[in-house]
Amino acid sequence: MSELDHGTYPEDRILSLKEKLICRDLQILTLQSILGEPHHYSYPSVFVYGHTATGKTYVTETLLKTLKFPHVIVNCVECFSSKMLFEQILNQLQGHSLSLKNEYTSCLQSNTFNDFVLLYKQVVHKQNLHNQTVYIVLDKAERLREMDSNLLPGFLRFQELADENATVIFLSEIVWEKFRPGTGCFEPLILHFPDYNKADLQKILSQDHPPEFSADFYATYINILLGVFYPVCRDLKELRHLAALNFPKFCEPVQRGDAKEEDTRRLWRNIEPHLKKAMETVYLREISSSQWERLQQEDKEGEHLKGLSIHAHVELPFYSKFLLIAAYLSSYNPARTDKRFFSKYHGKIKKTSFLKKHEKTSNLLLGPKPFPLDRLLAIFYSIVDCRVTPTANIFSQITSLVALQLLTHVGHDDQLNGPKYKCTTNLEFITAIASEEKANSIDNRTEKRDFTASGL
Amino acid sequence: MATSSVSRGCFVFKPKDSKKRKIPVAADFFNKGDAISESDRLRFSTYESLWQQMKEETESFQDNLNEKIFDSLLSFIKNSHIHLNSKVNDWSYRMRCSEIPTAAVVLGVNVPDHEMTFQRFSDLVKQSLTPHVVCLHGKECTTVKQVLQKVLMHLLGGIVNDEEAEEEDMHHSTPLSQRRIHCSMASLSGWYKAITQTSGSGSPSKKRKSCAVEKEQAPPIVIIFKDLETFLPEVLQNFITICSNYIQQLPLVLVFGIATSPITIHRMLPHAVSSLLCIELFQSLSCRDHLTTVIDKLVLTTKFPFKLSGKVLQVLIVIFLYHDFSVRNFVKGFQLSLLEHFYSQPLSLLCCSLDEASGRIRNLAHGDCERIRQVPSFMRYVDCQDSEKQIELLTNDQYLKDDVQKLLKDLHIYHENYFPVLKCLHVFTSSLPKYPLGKQIRELYITCLERNIWETEEYSSAFQLLGMMANDELVCLLQKCIDVLKSSKQQKPLIDIRQKFEEFLLKFQKLDDIAPEMHDKEGDENNKTSPEKSLQKKTDLYELQKTLMEMKKSRRSKKLSRFEALRMEVLEFMDKLVRQYLLPPETQPLHEVVYFSGASTIRKHLNATPRTALQTALSKPYNYLQNEALRSEGGTITNTAPDICIVYKLHLECGRLINLYDWLQGMRASLARPAFIAHWAEKSQPLCCGSGVTCRPDQAFVTVVSASEGQDPDKPGKGQVDQVLHARFIRAVSELEFLGFIKPTKQKTDHVARLTWGGF
Repeated sequence: MSELDHGTYPEDRILSLKEKLICRDLQILTLQSILGEPHHYSYPSVFVYGHTATGKTYVTETLLKTLKFPHVIVNCVECFSSKMLFEQILNQLQGHSLSLKNEYTSCLQSNTFNDFVLLYKQVVHKQNLHNQTVYIVLDKAERLREMDSNLLPGFLRFQELADENATVIFLSEIVWEKFRPGTGCFEPLILHFPDYNKADLQKILSQDHPPEFSADFYATYINILLGVFYPVCRDLKELRHLAALNFPKFCEPVQRGDAKEEDTRRLWRNIEPHLKKAMETVYLREISSSQWERLQQEDKEGEHLKGLSIHAHVELPFYSKFLLIAAYLSSYNPARTDKRFFSKYHGKIKKTSFLKKHEKTSNLLLGPKPFPLDRLLAIFYSIVDCRVTPTANIFSQITSLVALQLLTHVGHDDQLNGPKYKCTTNLEFITAIASEEKANSIDNRTEKRDFTASGL
Repeated sequence: MATSSVSRGCFVFKPKDSKKRKIPVAADFFNKGDAISESDRLRFSTYESLWQQMKEETESFQDNLNEKIFDSLLSFIKNSHIHLNSKVNDWSYRMRCSEIPTAAVVLGVNVPDHEMTFQRFSDLVKQSLTPHVVCLHGKECTTVKQVLQKVLMHLLGGIVNDEEAEEEDMHHSTPLSQRRIHCSMASLSGWYKAITQTSGSGSPSKKRKSCAVEKEQAPPIVIIFKDLETFLPEVLQNFITICSNYIQQLPLVLVFGIATSPITIHRMLPHAVSSLLCIELFQSLSCRDHLTTVIDKLVLTTKFPFKLSGKVLQVLIVIFLYHDFSVRNFVKGFQLSLLEHFYSQPLSLLCCSLDEASGRIRNLAHGDCERIRQVPSFMRYVDCQDSEKQIELLTNDQYLKDDVQKLLKDLHIYHENYFPVLKCLHVFTSSLPKYPLGKQIRELYITCLERNIWETEEYSSAFQLLGMMANDELVCLLQKCIDVLKSSKQQKPLIDIRQKFEEFLLKFQKLDDIAPEMHDKEGDENNKTSPEKSLQKKTDLYELQKTLMEMKKSRRSKKLSRFEALRMEVLEFMDKLVRQYLLPPETQPLHEVVYFSGASTIRKHLNATPRTALQTALSKPYNYLQNEALRSEGGTITNTAPDICIVYKLHLECGRLINLYDWLQGMRASLARPAFIAHWAEKSQPLCCGSGVTCRPDQAFVTVVSASEGQDPDKPGKGQVDQVLHARFIRAVSELEFLGFIKPTKQKTDHVARLTWGGF
């Protein structure tokens, strides 16, 4: 950092910056040179992009805070309408917070961009900010694309529109090319935050060591952790989470007195299988972190805590099962084969030619196809062996299957005009259901037919 | 009536006489055409009180069933923000505090029941943990804004109203209008800060109101997503992302109600979002187990006098197992049968506890006595009596009343013995391989209700299997039976049965002690008398046969070991019990009083078939209209039937596309001739079936038209149709379109497409 020219910034602020922000020297330098000094006019809009957890928000925020620039940081996910976005910016500029006293309303109402620009000018003058640059940071800026179409171009040339010394900083995970509106717009300055490499991660993660242990000890731990997880995950947040979760286990032998802090090999042997297990469960959120902690405390080496995916089984009423099987069959089988599979006297189809066609593309690979309600019911009646009366309950079961997202309703035409559905379950699920029915000693013939029909 | 107005117009006159309009109460509908009588009212009130008892019973045991999952959920919510409350700056906590604690509650596919479960749950949370509970429905929340609005409205709205009620002078404020609230998480966070601060500083009214709740510094905010599957994934993702930004200030807890499987969470939320959650899984009771409990508490009990016949129970269970898995619907069905029983069966007056019944019997009118005499089961009973008694029963009301009282008491005793014996039998049969008499007690119960169970094949095969049971299994079964009998009411025959079982048990235990020596002895005997040796020497064929026969006989009649003998004894005893106590209820006199047997009514109400009803209405209008003019035989239809019926009948004979003009001609022809369609259908049948490729309905129409032309001279010239008829036709056709039988098509001009197939 010695080569950085920090211009006229006070020395102590630069120092604290250095302390807080590591491994992002180049980016900080660029940003600083763009920002310039408070009274300088800065570039109207800056676009910062990079992967998750590459420090975009943190760097920008810390920089603006430490250098004491007037700024506003707004999360675009939270402000889902342009009105909310405007009001949030104005509120923050005024230091206004929502509370019971103001009945949770913002002090200034602005519905359009025009209102916003006018009000912004007022507020800036009132707050006496017009002689320095005001920074508006829009986090998760990719959401702007889905909002009103004038928002993005408007904010890009906000300096010009407001005729004020303001700079808008966009933070996003997506490249600028995906933002550019069709009608053209002001091009912002683009700044990329690259991913951290392994050494960077090691450095950053080692920083937050718990007070009761030495930094070196924690660094050793991080080294081991990265050895296991770096191939699958480079997300700093996730790694930090995993580090925090597994650390108690790591320092267990030290606390018990079995090993010393320097005894790296032994510690490694102790923690390695544990981390591998964590990769299968916690990392995938199969079990929650609190459950994981409890598991550690109980210290049982078993699979008594099952993850979310284990519970894939769904108990369904009898006819729902058959409706679902019928839906699957009609989604994955071409309609021309129905006669062959489901009618009793279908005539002979030459096996070879049929198979050849079938071989070309497996229907399973093509994904589910929409089918009309009539076809579903016809197949349903043919695979249920006993006679079924078409009661209202059967139809309501189709609707509840849609509500459970096992089927989806395709198209938006009304229900009267022959609704179409798609089956969204996979083969595994259907096989489980079908074999369950078989176990319940329903006629085997049906099942056999199912499997041939589903191309097995 | 006159008005003072000079202009013409419509005027509303309110009825001047302020006679109180009689508001019909439900009891007034409890008669069948006749004037309402005292007994009708009594029946209704009996129904109401009985249902009330049943409802309370259901609610109490449902609470018990859910207790476990609720307890664990409550403790989860309580512990989820314990760090935030205690303000411990724990390192490990600080490292992972950004996760939102989330409970994923898997409730099964019986969605109708969830409402009740969540209602109960949110009440519990409100009572014990926090007043801030919000329930969200997927249908109401299609955007993030709506979700936030709902949350804010629930949380803020409630508080504002409370304050208004309690401290009017302090807060002049009107309730927060929906529009003005800045609908964001920031408002919520502001509100929460205010709430916790005021409670901390302690305004007296607040403290008094909710001191129990506010004991913990910061009550969590619980947001319940009742049906996770119906939420739009994007909405959920955005909402969770927003929540995670505020988790430091707001102790949020999310509860997901999942109907299918927890994998749904992964399917709906990408890793970036699910990593913001700390999900813990809770599994609720399976709905089948729930049903078993319901049946055990409501059906297999003598607590309530009302009983279901086998068929009705079957209908209810089939709806449950085949259609919806919903316990709530099962209980509703049970209630409907109860209502239907009291409504349709006049003798249900006596369907109450024994003490009450005796009073009611005393007050029976003569008409009621006559009604009792006409009940089939009572008539059978009378037939079995000697002639003197028969005369007394049929003529003397007082004698009859005494006898009825006795019979009802017998019926009650019959039930009291019935259920324990049934449970014992179930203990025996439920452990058999392949469950010949059903795995669940409900299946066994239905079989027992419908016929003499000991005559069924399954029963004998079950007893064959029981005959092969090992010692320890049998002992275990006996022990279970004794437990069952102990838990039931202690009275004469049951105590005897229990003692008998205990005796058996004792014998088995003794058997264990002496078994080893016995075994040796048997072995000796076997060696001594082994006939195989005699086989060794050469004999002729006859001799051989004889020896073999003897061997077989000896093997069969070979003295059973003591264990086998004892086992046989137990089974015989069991069989005797079944034959004695598990008689079907039809054999009991006056069973009609307590058994409801209207299975078809229940089926019609609960498992409706709209399609069939529609077809019946269209093809047999007499069925619903009950007009003699419409009565027709076979598949015919008269020309007096409603237009839509005629049009429907005609359209049945067409192929996929129907020519409108020919259809109109067909209708005209049919109106001209009564009951023509029968012939016509016969004639055109061969045209329409067959391969189904070329169906020529047009020809059929034409022939009919020409035939009718000859007969009807008044008719206007060919091709010209009366305008009224035309209009009637158009209306009928559009009605058919509305009902979904046809739809307009662009394939051919002046044609409509048929949406149904078949037709005869």
